Amino acid sequence: MTDITYPLYLDLAAGLLLLSAIGVLWRRQLAAMINLFAVQGVALAAIVAIIGVHQHSLELALVAAGLGVLRAGVLPHLARRALGNSPAEARETRPVVNVAASLLAAAALTLLAYAVTRPLVALEPSPATAILPAAVTVVLIGFFTLVTRRRALAQVVGFLLLDNGITATAFLAAAGVPLIVELGVSFDLLLVALVLQVLTTRLRSAFGSTDLDELRELHD
Amino acid sequence: MTSPAAFVATAVQVVVVAAGAPLLVGLMRQVHARLAGRAGAGIGQPWRDLRKLLRRQPATPVDTGWPFRTAPLLLMGSSLVLAAVVPLLTTASPLDPAADLFAVVGLLALGTVTLALAALDTGTAFGGMGASREITILALVEPTILIAVFALSARVGSTNLAAIVTATLHDPLRVASPASLLAAAALVIVVVAETGRLPVDNPATHLELTMIHEAMVLEYAGTDLALVEWASSMRLTVLLGLLASLFLPWGIAGPGLAALPLALLVFVVKVAGLGIALSTVEVFIAKLRLFRVPELLAGSLVLALLAVASSFFLA
Repeated sequence: MTDITYPLYLDLAAGLLLLSAIGVLWRRQLAAMINLFAVQGVALAAIVAIIGVHQHSLELALVAAGLGVLRAGVLPHLARRALGNSPAEARETRPVVNVAASLLAAAALTLLAYAVTRPLVALEPSPATAILPAAVTVVLIGFFTLVTRRRALAQVVGFLLLDNGITATAFLAAAGVPLIVELGVSFDLLLVALVLQVLTTRLRSAFGSTDLDELRELHD
Repeated sequence: MTSPAAFVATAVQVVVVAAGAPLLVGLMRQVHARLAGRAGAGIGQPWRDLRKLLRRQPATPVDTGWPFRTAPLLLMGSSLVLAAVVPLLTTASPLDPAADLFAVVGLLALGTVTLALAALDTGTAFGGMGASREITILALVEPTILIAVFALSARVGSTNLAAIVTATLHDPLRVASPASLLAAAALVIVVVAETGRLPVDNPATHLELTMIHEAMVLEYAGTDLALVEWASSMRLTVLLGLLASLFLPWGIAGPGLAALPLALLVFVVKVAGLGIALSTVEVFIAKLRLFRVPELLAGSLVLALLAVASSFFLA
């Protein structure tokens, strides 16, 4: 990888990262959301791998492989198992903010992220920090998904997007966190996804739905 | 400053678009038919239809005025100007100062609006419905086209189409940048909406609940119908050609006639390829509910906006 193509590959991976986050807001099918999350996992792993190759760092390459397996393989698989196959649960039918407005909000969040990260990018301009706005946008969009979607699984995907964004920000701004911290975070994430999967299954068997808005009142 | 060669090249471009547009439509229908397991009518069928219609007298419904009668001519005229202005075969058009993005978007809108006015002029329920739907889509599509091309023009520093194409030819890596890819995705959706293809409109249907473009041209007959159909296919060709020129500009001739035959061949291959891809995708998707169309177009608007944003923060 030459110095000319390095920013190009990095930009493309960042574009994919951003696009898959927008796609999660765009689609209503939960299965499609999970697939997009898997695509985002690939993009995240690609960003880390590209930085690793550029810096000739074996550690980063290993972290990239681990990230790829966890976020493009294991977590989507767990989410798909939690999805089950009941058709009534397969769609995000009426999000709190409708899809067209969500997309416009995503556009606004992108501009906000760009405005917020400008001082950070100005600290040390490099191809890696130039795509910091994309990573921060993914954080904001993940948060937005978390608060505006009603299905438990859509919120889980939102949470995982948020974490993808945070990881990407860490790698782009600080060229990665220590391996042990990254391992800890990844393990944490896996546990969260497992717990949420159990919780979703329990929710469905107890209430017949995973619409979290139904949980406002106490039931006997 | 414009040479005779530029005039020849532009004339060739207009003739190729005018003659090739029905063939493109025929090709797309043929691909569609084959994939659906039918024999298909052949690539030349739209031309045979046009020849038949051109021999027939136009019939005008009673109580229609000049908007209905002039619309086919205006639509055809604006399509011909589009075919001359957009850099498809050559970047050295004598109309180069007019090859501005705003002018091109304005010409597209002019054609659509005249047709919508004509549909309203007939006073039928279908015409009014079709016109209202078409204008709704137009209102969502126009800003997206403008924003998407801003992303491309921001780096070149000019909204002149020929300048954008030339700059891309000199720096091919530009095509693979996120700004360019996002703008390409946004423009593909917009072209699909603007030319009334699936999933926005079904070009093969005559069912009143689903049609948009067809509802507007129901009252036309004979020569007028031939002109409307021909102009619509030319708009499709020009838009596909514009996509090809903006994102795959290789092979476009500069000033001079030497490169023209190669440019012609490359143009035909690119547009036919895009047409085949479009109709292949159409086989696998269903038409979107009309009320879901704004969602699709809002998505393309966001893509275009992201293209602009990324062309700034990755610069």
